[in-house]
Amino acid sequence: MPEPARVISGAHASSGRDHPLLRRILIGLTLLIVGVLIVIPVVNIFVQAMGGGLWGYFSNLFSDRDTRHSILMTLIVAPISVAVNTVFGVAAAWTIARFRFPGRTLLTTLIDLPFSISPVVAGLMLVLLFGLQGHMGPWLREHNIQILFAMPGLILATTFVTLPFVARELLPVMEAIGAEEEIAAISLGASAWQTFWNVTLPNIKWGLLYGVVLCNARAMGEYGAVYVVAGHQGGRTYTMPLQVNKLFEDSRTSESFALASLLTLLAVVTLAAKVALERRTRRELLAATRPSEVPETNDLPHAGAGPPSVRVNQTRLRPELIMTTAKPVDSASAAPSQGMAGA
Amino acid sequence: MSIKVNNVSKKFGAFNALKEVSVEAGAGSLLALLGPSGSGKTTLLRVIAGLETPDSGSVYYEDEDVTSQSARERNIGFVFQHYALFRHMTVFDNVAFGLKVRRWPRAKIRDRVRQLLALVRLDTLERRLPSQLSGGQRQRVALARALAIEPKVLLLDEPFGALDAKVRQELRQWLRRLHDEIHVTSIFVTHDQEEAFEVADKVVVMNSGRIEQVGTPQEVFEHPASAFVMDFLGNVNVFHGRLQDGRAHVGGMQFDYPDYAHQESLPTTLYVRPHELELHHGPSEAGSLKAHVERVNPAGSVAKVFVWSDEFGIGMHVELSSERYNELRVRPGDTVYVSPRRVRAFVPEPEYVI
Repeated sequence: MPEPARVISGAHASSGRDHPLLRRILIGLTLLIVGVLIVIPVVNIFVQAMGGGLWGYFSNLFSDRDTRHSILMTLIVAPISVAVNTVFGVAAAWTIARFRFPGRTLLTTLIDLPFSISPVVAGLMLVLLFGLQGHMGPWLREHNIQILFAMPGLILATTFVTLPFVARELLPVMEAIGAEEEIAAISLGASAWQTFWNVTLPNIKWGLLYGVVLCNARAMGEYGAVYVVAGHQGGRTYTMPLQVNKLFEDSRTSESFALASLLTLLAVVTLAAKVALERRTRRELLAATRPSEVPETNDLPHAGAGPPSVRVNQTRLRPELIMTTAKPVDSASAAPSQGMAGA
Repeated sequence: MSIKVNNVSKKFGAFNALKEVSVEAGAGSLLALLGPSGSGKTTLLRVIAGLETPDSGSVYYEDEDVTSQSARERNIGFVFQHYALFRHMTVFDNVAFGLKVRRWPRAKIRDRVRQLLALVRLDTLERRLPSQLSGGQRQRVALARALAIEPKVLLLDEPFGALDAKVRQELRQWLRRLHDEIHVTSIFVTHDQEEAFEVADKVVVMNSGRIEQVGTPQEVFEHPASAFVMDFLGNVNVFHGRLQDGRAHVGGMQFDYPDYAHQESLPTTLYVRPHELELHHGPSEAGSLKAHVERVNPAGSVAKVFVWSDEFGIGMHVELSSERYNELRVRPGDTVYVSPRRVRAFVPEPEYVI
């Protein structure tokens, strides 16, 4: 484990000894908040979902055609968005980490934009672009291309919202690893593809996977942007989160909770994967900056048999001292007592 | 294979990394590019490797103009200062990489890798990862990896810069022996004059994007072509004196300097190496400076003495052979007379020996 972690925990321990009461209050408060806001609601979802027993749970999930379809939609939309963002994220992170070009900072900021824009606004942007009143709407209609209220719209909205995850995760990893190994690969005769698959990808794989996991969790859970572009067509364009809401509005509470529990389960799995990957990513980053800890061994033949080192230190005289010699030269050469006869 | 660099210039923004540089390395030679940081030596190496494109000028391998070829096409072996080993690959796979991308048959790769690991004395460590190796071992893996592809040229960028002094010493002697065995044309970059002198056949001294001098280590050390080279190659006492009427005047001493026969006095800088200064108990006929001994360090192969001249307010570093030191037996506080055996000035003629 990295050094700082130990230092921090040590600091906690010492401050805890100083104020045992404060420590208990703080820990208690944290547990209370986590419990009330997170643990109880999450557990409650599973309790509610399992209210009708295991059989009831599965029938709630799979008996309704629209619910089944929403699961299918999510299983199609999320992987496509994740795949698009993986390709984009790797390319963007590589470009930003490896090249210095005008607009580089702007590009980095733009990648973050989807984080700060409300998903509803993101959805609305697509409607304004592809809707009938939008710029491309009439043209799309003429050519019989359906984007809004259909699969392409859902994928576009989800991709937009989840765009930063992979790039953001990869950028620090790529910067820490540096370009040297890639340059070495090219100097050894590898093509760009060979370099990417054999050198770049293995070095970033845990960071990449971490970004993909986060991206996937968000893609499956996205509601706002998808809601705007889905139209109100349950059973056709609804993904799992939309269907959860619809079931709830229709007062089909147990079905709603069953589907919600499925989404939550996904979140729990993501969390576990995240913790595991985070550790590996940190190791990846650490390995990129750590010097060798292996002691040098004398495995060279005739090692150390050479002549002794004759390192000479640079001992230039200070110029201001030197300059003073210029003046007394004449007086010195004029004075015979100095014993400085000409050569 | 010989390498020729012809009038190469390279700018990074407003910074002139290389200014019209021309240099040649004969087939099978071992050339050192020596200079302080920012002198352009690494840029020159990268231009030769094809990792950097020159703004103007050309690079020849033998008679072939390779200026427009990429590093990939040039078939070079490049060794990086920080090794740049593939961290997720074993030692074996690192060395095999260049052969794999060339689609060598598996059995042939195995033989070649084993042969190279034996050459760099790492045959027992082929299953290790780079993180399980010491710095010196990593550098040897990097060397084996570069040599595996049977490069036409071996280029090394500060190959021992990241290693501690003792390992550096061992590795460079080993590199010299290795080069004598395999005779591939090699160029390495270093800022350490000792390293350049010990390893290279020929040294190229660089300063602010230009070549100051090219020559064998002995030529460069004995006959520095410029004040920069004189100053850069180790310890030197610098005096400010003047030239007039065919004489050089330094702090009360005078020497013949026939190359400057003008009437007007020309202020100049004169250089004397510590081992070229002589100490006497009494004044010398040829002219000497009276000084007193401040520090004596007799440890090592030469005795290092620091003397101070009150009269002229200058200090001088003197190196005496052990024999001479035993004769003189100077101690701090002693009064001595200092005279140079050799003085160099670089204006207007490059060198003058008395």
